[in-house]
Amino acid sequence: MSEDAQGPITMIRTPVDLEYNISAGPDLTLFLRGLKEEKKLYGRRSPNGDVYIPPRGACPVTGQPMLEEVEVSDHGTVTTFCLINIPIEGQELKPPYVFAAIILDGASLPLFHMIAGIAADEARMGMRVKANWKPDDELVLSLESINYFEPSGEPDADYDSYKEHL
Amino acid sequence: MSESSAEILTAPYRLKYSYKRTTGPVIGRFLTDLRDGKITGVRRPDGAVMVPPREYDPETGEALSEFVSLPDTGVVTGWTWVAEPRQLHAMSTPFAFATIQLDGAHTGMLHRVVAPDESVMRSGMRVRARWAAERVGMITDIECFVPEESA
Amino acid sequence: MRDIAVIASAQIPSERRSDLSEIEMVQKVVTGAIEKSGIDRRAFDFWCSGSADMLCGRPFSFVSALDAIGAWPPIRESHVEMDGAWALYEAWLKLQSDPGLHCAIVYCFGQSSLGPVPDILATQLDPYYETPLWPDSISVAAIQARALLDGGRYTERDFAEVAVENRRRGKSNPNAQLTGDFSIEEAMSGPYISSPLRKHYCPPLSDGACAIVIASREKVDELGFAAPAWIRGFDHRVEAQSLGVRDLTSSASTQLAGRRAGARGDSLDVAELHAPFAHQELILREALELGGSVSVNPSGGALAANPIMVAGLLRICEAAGAIHRGEAKRALGHATSGPALQQNLVCVMEAN
Repeated sequence: MSEDAQGPITMIRTPVDLEYNISAGPDLTLFLRGLKEEKKLYGRRSPNGDVYIPPRGACPVTGQPMLEEVEVSDHGTVTTFCLINIPIEGQELKPPYVFAAIILDGASLPLFHMIAGIAADEARMGMRVKANWKPDDELVLSLESINYFEPSGEPDADYDSYKEHL
Repeated sequence: MSESSAEILTAPYRLKYSYKRTTGPVIGRFLTDLRDGKITGVRRPDGAVMVPPREYDPETGEALSEFVSLPDTGVVTGWTWVAEPRQLHAMSTPFAFATIQLDGAHTGMLHRVVAPDESVMRSGMRVRARWAAERVGMITDIECFVPEESA
Repeated sequence: MRDIAVIASAQIPSERRSDLSEIEMVQKVVTGAIEKSGIDRRAFDFWCSGSADMLCGRPFSFVSALDAIGAWPPIRESHVEMDGAWALYEAWLKLQSDPGLHCAIVYCFGQSSLGPVPDILATQLDPYYETPLWPDSISVAAIQARALLDGGRYTERDFAEVAVENRRRGKSNPNAQLTGDFSIEEAMSGPYISSPLRKHYCPPLSDGACAIVIASREKVDELGFAAPAWIRGFDHRVEAQSLGVRDLTSSASTQLAGRRAGARGDSLDVAELHAPFAHQELILREALELGGSVSVNPSGGALAANPIMVAGLLRICEAAGAIHRGEAKRALGHATSGPALQQNLVCVMEAN
């Protein structure tokens, strides 16, 4: 459709609107069911010993199938973070807020989530945080079962303890 | 949780892209004319008329720019009857997809043919465009083609 | 031209809906093909994959599939938004271009169970003139089938015979999905999807994946591989996109690719043709001038299992397999892409 109905056509709208029924596969199913049904965070151990959360369908380093499921803690350490200052579509928190990479205790790769319970300018590397879960009857099959992470009150972690995860 | 008891999760997922496309001068000319209730093709160096028009000769790649006005009648050169339209077809009753060679054209145009039933359909049948009440410069400005005798 | 052979392949059985994720499917076939090849995973000189993001509705989904191949330390890798047969072509070309490279692995994956495949395939048509009408892939193939009937060389009974034969042959293929002893009458009385295409003349919706390993003569000798399938000709050709500007009843691109690849239809023992719709096999047989002695689609072809973006490379895997098993001396694998056989690829392989 042109802006001016009588002028020459120079642009048209060609929307795509398709309905899928996507599958989570076994590994993501394990993770998502854990969140809703057990209020737990499940990862999987890779052949070289790393614990991936969420679990992946294969070890990205060796290409081998992943091994046993591993429950990891809902406490962790902020490795790195950013400050969101701009509004975007679908946003639920009001800017400014903190989005962080959190290495959960027992995991080998960080999980990404929001941080609340602090002023945005107090966010820092090494900060210890814990999950703020939704009430039991509001848990869902997604990471939205965790509202956000918040300070756990533990002392900050040493840089050396998480430097491998940056 | 045990692996064996875990039924695989699935979820509905809707993918929407709000694409816009620039038309360029050749496609733009065709769509502008459609909006104005006219059909325009383009002539190839060998004299053949192509509609809808392309910017380039599909065989030689030569740029094309000689526009030709065409009537909104033609013949069906290929067709299929869709007894149960899919949602995206946006058709409430059975219809045909067909290639239609307009009078004076040498190539086929893909479009819809609306006919009382499949028994009416045949290659070589004459059809006429039924224009959309509101035209915006899309291929759907031709709502469909219909058998010429019923037009 | 360098001597390059297919030495191994692996696939998972096609099924209507796999419980595996794409990554898990890829992991299984890649590991399977690597183990059969006897080559160390780290020794591969090149990796190439074929898939289509629109199938799962996730842009750049092929990037996450890299998890399945163990891309660390960083590997030399490429991807085509095409059937895996075209990824194999790229890998073959890569080995042709650099005598320092000796082996490559190619994989592809596709799940038809996630999205509305007939509608998704309408997005490969002309976005100005065709896609806004949403001509689904079955209707597009049906226009071609009608043109073939109008041409007078074939009748609907020929469509039925192709469908019945492929599904009968598919019975001996453990990876096939839709197989069995159907009667011609049964096929010809089934419901129309888009006339003249009845259900039996259309492929099943399949989830699947496969992988294939190619190696240079030096590598084949080093491995002591007994029955390599030497690639003697490889070509692909494309025709105009618009349905109204080409003759749908013949396949000039298949004919040309076949000639350029040295297919010689009467010299083949096996031809695996990627014809998702029954009538397309008739067009391809003509284009490749296949003689009566050629065994066509012993696997059951795409009518028995049609994992999209995979079914083409599967044809080459099956043709190479016939050579590996000593059942064929000269075999052809064909793959198609685009609406109504728009683009076609031919790979001709020979035994030692």
